[in-house]
Parts: sequence; structure tokens; C-alpha cells
Amino acid sequence: MLEINHVSVEFASENRVLAVDDISIRLPDGSRTAIVGETGSGKSVLLLSIVRLLPRNAIVRGKIELDGENLLSADKKRLQQVRGGVVSYVPQGGGASMNPLLKVGYQVGEPLIEHKNYSRSQAVEASISLMKRFNLLNEEKLARSYPHTFSGGMRQRAMVAMGIAAGPRIILADEPTKGLDDKRVRLVADSINMLKEETLLCVTHDMSFAQAVSRDICVMYAAQQVEFGKSEEILNDALHPYTRDIINAMPENGMRYDDVGFAPAHGSYLNHSDGCRYRDRCRERSEKCVIMPPVFDVNGRKVRCWKYDSAN
Amino acid sequence: MSTEKMAKRAGTKKTKMNAAMIWGAAIVGVFVLVAVLAPVLAPYDPYKMGIPYIKPSAEHLLGTNDVGQDLLSELIYGTRISLFIGIFTSIIVTVVSLTLSLLSGYYKGAIDKAVTAITNITMGLPDLALTILLIAYLNPGKLSVIISISLTAWTGTARILRSRVLQLCEMPFIKIEQAIGMNDFIIMIKHIVPNLKDIILSRAALSVSAAMMTEAGLSFLGLGDFGAKSWGTILHYAFYQNGVIRNYYWWYLPPILCTSLAVLGFMLLGYYGAQKAKLVKNA
Repeated sequence: MLEINHVSVEFASENRVLAVDDISIRLPDGSRTAIVGETGSGKSVLLLSIVRLLPRNAIVRGKIELDGENLLSADKKRLQQVRGGVVSYVPQGGGASMNPLLKVGYQVGEPLIEHKNYSRSQAVEASISLMKRFNLLNEEKLARSYPHTFSGGMRQRAMVAMGIAAGPRIILADEPTKGLDDKRVRLVADSINMLKEETLLCVTHDMSFAQAVSRDICVMYAAQQVEFGKSEEILNDALHPYTRDIINAMPENGMRYDDVGFAPAHGSYLNHSDGCRYRDRCRERSEKCVIMPPVFDVNGRKVRCWKYDSAN
Repeated sequence: MSTEKMAKRAGTKKTKMNAAMIWGAAIVGVFVLVAVLAPVLAPYDPYKMGIPYIKPSAEHLLGTNDVGQDLLSELIYGTRISLFIGIFTSIIVTVVSLTLSLLSGYYKGAIDKAVTAITNITMGLPDLALTILLIAYLNPGKLSVIISISLTAWTGTARILRSRVLQLCEMPFIKIEQAIGMNDFIIMIKHIVPNLKDIILSRAALSVSAAMMTEAGLSFLGLGDFGAKSWGTILHYAFYQNGVIRNYYWWYLPPILCTSLAVLGFMLLGYYGAQKAKLVKNA
């Protein structure tokens, strides 16, 4: 079980920026959660803070507990065991996601060398069977070729194979479908859905992909969690105006979205005195929105919007 | 270490060597061959004395020096010392600068600040003066020459490598290696160093030529290894035994030409190798 408890991430540079603002998510074993939100909403930063791979100037507050052990205070040695071994991070398979000078077979099997003491040839063997699991076709030949010969979709599936190589219990996937067309997105979704026992936390801004791989969805906007609930509930009956907007804007829903106005950048998100951050783009705003809404509980779902204030 | 192999690797199979590099490799190759086959090629024992000041003739192709030693043999044996010191210094310089740049570029923070400070201070030192001073204090010999040259020669390479390591550390695949829990040493050796190889090889070739020049200069000043015969030593005796004033050109010209040619060879390899690498990077 991975528990993200009131985590905030701040980048301490000349212009202080709060990239993640007080987020709590519980991931019981076997749960599948997608974090959805627009670029810059802090999704990836949250993911990276779990494996502690943020830049040096990042300050992480709160607690990230792996079976009760706070990862934020773990030492380097323990972190190396956790990374790849227990919690694995599957990045987006862009052009430079693999070392251009090493063969794919070796790189995919590398976590096994580190965590399971495999020999080099055993690791390559294992990576061939891993890639077979994700139907990359012609796996023996692929294992012997270099990353630049791979297409985007192949590389992404190879990255998923690499991420799960050492048998981690928790998989963090960071926009695994970025830059892929619809068909490849489905292939990647299929390969992620093949991992049935593992806990999944997947960051994406593709709603239909989130729907395909997750059971819970967490919607983020401007560093905050604005809605959390079961995927079907969110997709069929979104509570937060922002969630509703992005669902309406999906191609299969006719891309219905009339922009109320361009939202000016809120800047650093350092204080809550500006009120609800979606206010400027929200069609359902009221006077109350100048005050930052707390998270309300609506039948087990969480939503950060004054509309659901039970005091009304 | 075989320099031809180095040259071959500098221009990888995919990126063919350009003409300048082929010439460089050929020159270096010839010198390496001469150094290795010195006992076979040299017509006389370079230490055997005979009639002094013989002009180039069929018997002594490059004449003899003030104590009658055959200059061609001296020159051939000198290749060994010059190349040995050049290549050995280059290895030390490369290893030192690679280690420092990996530490500073990968770990950043305090280590980086320390290494950068050391590099800056070393760069500020008058290197030739320091080298001469050091040699004067150390016991004369090949090793002290190598140590004294290496002490200040690593800075340029370290700087270039550090910047590249910093760049590589921000590449997704290095981040990913960290994310899957690889240990730092393996990330550095398996993932960073291979990506530095074009810089390492071309800078190594350039430091061979720089070290050879410095060695020739030191030997000329009489600060080299006295027992050994290097090109610089031949020049030293030619100068101090009045060979230059009396215009015994066969005595002082060949070591100058050999040094220049060997340096040119390594320069062509290193400089054009680096350019080639840059072109490939930018493409």
C-alpha cells in the first residue's frame, strides 16, 4: 500500500513555485489510479517525488508511506532497493529514453542485474520473454538492436517491460502515451492492463487512456487535487466544473467546450488567498469562489468546489 | 595501448574517418611501428661511441654526434621515450580528468564546487614554471617527467568532460536508470562514459601531442631523464655541445622534424576527430 499524505512540492528558486499543493491519495494494493490534468498541473512532479527523483531545489513536505515506511526520509541505499525493485517508474518513451549506445535487450533487463543479481546473458534472456509478453514481435532480433531502430510505440512498450522487469509491486507511469497515435495508445493500454496484480499510478492527460487503464481517477488542476473518485463515476457524472469541461472536450463527446475566457497564469500558487484557481475559466462560479474551497466529501468522492458545500 | 586502435575507434564505423584523420593515423602508426621495432630498425647501438661529427653518409645515414654515437639509432630509440612519455601522460591525464568530471558532473553540489575550484586554481598556475620546479625537486627520471606534466595538463579535458556529463545527466535515459534503482557507479561506467568516448579519445590524442612537446622542451633544457635518449635530449646535446653554432644540421634538424611530425599526427587525429564528433552530434 502506498499512501501519499498531504504532500506538497515547492521549487525553491528565485521565483518560488508550488508545483504540488497538499495532495493525498491512498493506493491500496492492486488499485489502479490515473492522475489526469493539464500540462503544468504538477502530475509528473508528484510522481517523481514518490521515487525521489526531483531536482535538488525541490522541497517535499508531507509523507509518502510505502507500507508504513516514509520514503521521504529513506536513505540512499534503501531508495535504490525501492526504485525498480518495489516501486518502478515507467517514463515516456521519447527519443532519449534509452541509452543510444546500448542494445535494447540489455537495457530492458538491466533492473534484473541490479535487483536480482542476474548475469548479463540471463538478463537479455529475461528481457526477450518480457518483450514477448507485450507482443513486440520478433523479440530476439529486437533485443539485439539499438534503441534508435525502435518506433515510438515499440519503445514505449519496451519501457513498460523495463519498468516491470524486476517485479515491482507498484508501477508509476508518467504519460506513457505522449506523442502516440490512437492505435499505439491502445497497444500501450493493453500492455499496462496485462499487469493485473500490480498497483498502478498513471499520469496522463488523455482521458480515454485514463478510462482504459484505471479504476480510480484523480483530477489535478493548478497543483491541486480537484476531484477524486471511481473512473466510471467521474466519466459519467463529473462533479467539478473542470472535470466536466475536460470530459466534454473529449473527441468522442463532440469536443464541446466553450471557453469562458483565457485563464491568466496564477503564478506560483504559493497562497490560497486568491480563491479557487479554476474561477476564471469556470462557468459555474459564484461569489464564494474568491475563497479557496476545501475538499468536500460527496458520497465517498472528493471534490474541491463550493457547489458541494453541505452547509448550503 | 595501440594508437591505431584509438584512431580507429575515434572515427566509428558509421562515421568514416576524414582525410585529415587518416593522415594523422598513418603518421602516428609509423611512429608507433618505429618505436616497437626499434632494436630491429636501428643500425647501431645508440650508446656505442665512435668517431664524432661524421656527416651523413652511407655508413651513418644521419651522421654521428660529439661522442660518435649514430644519430639515426639515437633518433629511432628516442621515438620510444617520446611516445612512451606522451602516451603515458595522456592516459594519466585522461583518467584523472574523467574521474573528476564524473564526480563533479554527476553528484553536483559541494563536490562539483570543489572540483571546479581545483580546476580553476590549477588553470591559473603557470604550468611550465611549475613543471620545471617540480622536476628540479623530484628525482630525475621518466616517472617524474610524467607526473610533473600530468599535474597541470588535466584541466582542459576535465572542463570539457564536466560540461558534457552535466548535459548527459539531464538526459531522460540517465534519469530512467536512476528511477529503476541502478547504482551510481554502473550508471557512470555503463551509461555516461560510453557517451563521452568521442571527447575522451580526441582529447587524449591532443594531450599526447601536448605532453610530447613539453617533454621535448624539458629534455632540451636538461631536465629530462638523463640516461634515456629522447628527441629532446638529442637536441639538448646538439645545443650545448655547440652542434647548432657549428651548423651540424644532421644533428639538430632530425629531432625537431620528428617531434613536429609526431605532434602533427596526434593533432590531426585529435582535432579532426573532435570536429567529426561535433558534426555528428549536431546533425
